[in-house]
Parts: sequence; C-alpha cells; structure tokens
Amino acid sequence: MINFRSIKAIYIFEMSRTFRTLIQSLISPILSTVLYFIVFGTAIGNNINFTNEIPYGAFIVPGLVILTISMQSVNNASFGIFFPKFLGTTYEILSAPISYVEIVIGYVGASATKSFCLGLLILMTSTFFVDLDIKFPILMLCMLLLSCVSFSLLGFIIGIVSDNFEQINFVPMIIITPLVFLGGSFYTIDVLPDLWQTITLFNPIFYLVSGFRYSFFGTGEVNILISIFSISLFILLCIIIIWKIFKTGYKIKT
Amino acid sequence: MQTIIEIKNLRKTYKDNKVALENVNLNIFKGEIIALLGPNGAGKTTLISNICGISSITSGDIKVKGFDVVDDYREARKCIGIVPQELSFEPFEKVINTVNFSRQLFGKKSDEKYIENLLKKLSLWDKKDQIIRSLSGGMKRRVLIAKALSHEPDVLFLDEPTAGVDVELRKDMWNTIKNLQKSGVTIILTTHYIEEAELMANRIAVINNGKILLIDKKDNLIDRMSKKTLIIHTNSKINKIDKALGKFKLRISKDKKNLEYDYSPNKKKTGITTLLNEIKKTGIELIDVQTKQSNLEQIFVEILKND
Repeated sequence: MINFRSIKAIYIFEMSRTFRTLIQSLISPILSTVLYFIVFGTAIGNNINFTNEIPYGAFIVPGLVILTISMQSVNNASFGIFFPKFLGTTYEILSAPISYVEIVIGYVGASATKSFCLGLLILMTSTFFVDLDIKFPILMLCMLLLSCVSFSLLGFIIGIVSDNFEQINFVPMIIITPLVFLGGSFYTIDVLPDLWQTITLFNPIFYLVSGFRYSFFGTGEVNILISIFSISLFILLCIIIIWKIFKTGYKIKT
Repeated sequence: MQTIIEIKNLRKTYKDNKVALENVNLNIFKGEIIALLGPNGAGKTTLISNICGISSITSGDIKVKGFDVVDDYREARKCIGIVPQELSFEPFEKVINTVNFSRQLFGKKSDEKYIENLLKKLSLWDKKDQIIRSLSGGMKRRVLIAKALSHEPDVLFLDEPTAGVDVELRKDMWNTIKNLQKSGVTIILTTHYIEEAELMANRIAVINNGKILLIDKKDNLIDRMSKKTLIIHTNSKINKIDKALGKFKLRISKDKKNLEYDYSPNKKKTGITTLLNEIKKTGIELIDVQTKQSNLEQIFVEILKND
C-alpha cells in the first residue's frame, strides 16, 4: 500500500523550501526571462524574420519556458536530495517506512510542481510583451508537465550522484544550458549550416522544444509524436537509472 | 523476557571486502537499556545502521518485533526511532515543523497533543518556534531525540548521545534517557564512555572488530570479570618476596611497604587465609589490610586486550 502520508511529508517539506527562498525560486528566473524578452524579443527580434509569419517575440516563448524550467527542475530536484546528503539528514529518510518509489514521488513531485508553476508564471509574464495565442492549450500543459517531470528526474539523479556543490552545478551549467541554447530555442535549425543541423538532431532538447512549440503554433520542426516519444524515452531512462541507484544503494547506502 | 530485536548471524562487508560485522547474534529485550560498548570503528554504528535500514545487510537476519527489516521493512521501521551521532538538521527549520515532519514521514497522523507533551517532556516546548540553528548543542540533541520519538517508537537507538558533550549536559542527557526507559521505550545506546554504560545500561555488549565479544547483565559482567586486589600494609620495607610466598604472585608496592595480591572474589577459595598464614610464618608484621575492586573500565581494557 502506498504511504501517502510520507510522500505528503516530503512534498510539503520541499515545497516549503520554495517559500523560504522565494527570490531565488521564483522572482530570479522570472526576471531573467523578462530580460530575454526585452533583449531578444523586442530589441533584436523586430529585425528577425525567419520564423514563418510568427513574430520572433512569440516564437522564442516556448524555448524560454523550456530553458527556465529545465534549469529550475534540475536545480530543485538535485538540491532537494543533495541537501539532506550534505546535512547528513538522509538517515531519517532511509530509516522511515517508505519505499524508494515513494521517496522519488515526494522529491520529484515537489520539484516538478515548482517548475510547472514557474513555467505558467513565465507564460503569463510573456503576455505582457507578446500576443500569445496557444493553439493546443491542453497539449501545451501536458508537454510542460512532462518536461518538468523529466528534468526533475534528471536533477534527482544528479543530486544523488554528486559529492559536492561543484558537481551539482556542473550538469545544468555545462550540459543543459548549451543543449537548450543549441536546441532551437531561439531559431529554427534550417538557418544553421548542414553539419550543425545534423548535430542538432542528436540533441534531445531539440525534440522537446519542437514539441512544445507545436502546442503553441501548430507547427514544429519534427513531428509531435516524435517529440512525445523522445520525452517518454528520456523519462523511462531516468526511471531505470533511479531504480538501479536505489537497488544498489549507490551513493545512498553504505 | 520478551525479545524485541533478534539478530542472527549478521555479517556486513563493504565494497573493499572490509568486514564491518562478523557473525553477530544478539537478542534485545523489551524495556531494557542495552549499551553497545566498543572503541571507535568497532562496528557499533554499522550495527545500528543495519537494523534501521541505513546500510544494507550482507547476510543474516534482523527482526524487530517479529518483522524482518528487509522483507517487512515498513512494519519493522515503524517500531524504530534513531538519534544519530552527528547533529544533523535542516538548519533553517523551526523545531515544531521538523518534529511534525518526522512524525508524518513515518506515516503517522498529526497529533498536536502528543507532540506538545513530547516537547514539554524534553524541555523544548518554549523553543518550538525557534529555528534549529539558533539552539545550543544540548537543545539540538534534544530536538533529535524528539524527532526520533515523534512517531511513538518502541525502540530508540542512541548513537553516542553524549559524544563531545560537556559534563553537565551529559548528566542531563542520562536523566532524559532514564526517564524514557521509565516510559516503556527500549533503548540501545552505543558509547565508548565506560562510565556511561556503567551508569545507564541494564546489559552491556562489548563489541570490537565487528564481533560481539561478550554480552551480559552489567552487574554480572562486573561480578564475573572483576578482580579484587588485597593490599597488605606492613611495618617494614620489603625488597624481595619470600620464596614461601612465591606461589601467590604477589607484587610489591612502589613505596615497598605493601604487598598486593589479586584474587577473584567469585571463586570459592580466594587463597586469602592461606596467604595471611604464610605471611605470618615469614615474620612480616601486618599493620592493615584493604581490598580494591576493578571497575568496568579495567574489565573492558582486559577484554579488548584478550581479543
């Protein structure tokens, strides 16, 4: 039987951290996004016209949302589990009558919730700068949720395997940020030279951004089903890694 | 006596094949305070970690209230509370929140009345809204105990509860532990302070190099293992022990005025009468005789030396 009370305890505990660090959790990412809109959307964007009748300011909204929620999901989930490790409080989680699945639901659920809310806030903020008409709102919400969950799972893995703060920051800064920037968040890949177009096809974020953009404008660079398949595959991969980590106790149990 | 924890053939090895626990067999009885006494690195914390699920078991069985800690881990863990050696906290959390979190983490419904009584019992009620980092070391240790007791466990593990704590606070902690035992909680205490084990425990298990060397009631242990020394004060200087007294393995004191004789008080024949008769024959004049009993510390050192 699922121990809902324990999941709720972890979930609420993690959510309460957001309210203690409101500036870092919400205001800072929103401010960054606003700056992106001002610089790329308004200042430079008016001179860009490769986006097939979609105003450039609106074109970059899905990419900006993915950029922010990917970073935040990874940060939230990795810090959520790394902090108890750092503080030495994992003993309490490990000695509680709670399964590994329930632990993951608690931490990843809280991280995904925070990122999901942040994604919605960014969308709301974007309406102050661009006219946004979302073609498939339900699909958009589903894609947003799947993205939050997938990056939170990745963050959870990073939090477990990391031994220090430098390693925690390494993956978001050195891997995810470049992948998001090079995954078509601010451009369509057909503006790239052939070689870079081919390289981009190996970037998983490209499929995510494309799928997310499809839910906004009804058009993406790859088929929406390929995007959904890619995200599902990524989630499955993360779940297998987490399962393996808990099964072996890697970096959790001695 | 009702067994609350049953450990059979427990073995724990680490990845580098280092053996942390070797064939540990131990029964812990309901309502007792048992001290796991051993030097640093003996395997005390590993044993606790194995019981509580913090580290994995290599082989063997552990049951808590009849529930296997691997197969029935949910039921087994509900019965256990653990106070770690380190003061580990989310530093910016309020006392009341962290205690409530622990209760809910263990699947228990919120119970304001119980938590209030618990915090009052541990003199924490007036600190309930303070953030943990503002508390003193002693208060933090109490918060850890409150967290461990928040889900009403039957068994409480205290891992070196007074390590690095000043004398006054240590005595305070001992009172708290005694009161917890009175309220029906079984307590497993790891310590390397012999004084602590001697004062607190009903039974003592001596552990070294991952093995339990012996386990017995504290009083039995002292009676069984202890030695007494008969100190014979004489009025003359003794430079050499007379041949006739050679079989008694006597020692001469530093000031050369006393003879010392070790004997086991539990044996039927201690040899004291014969010794005193033999001394009388040698013409040594006695002024006084006195006995001195070895304490747990000397017994402990002796056990480790023989391991």
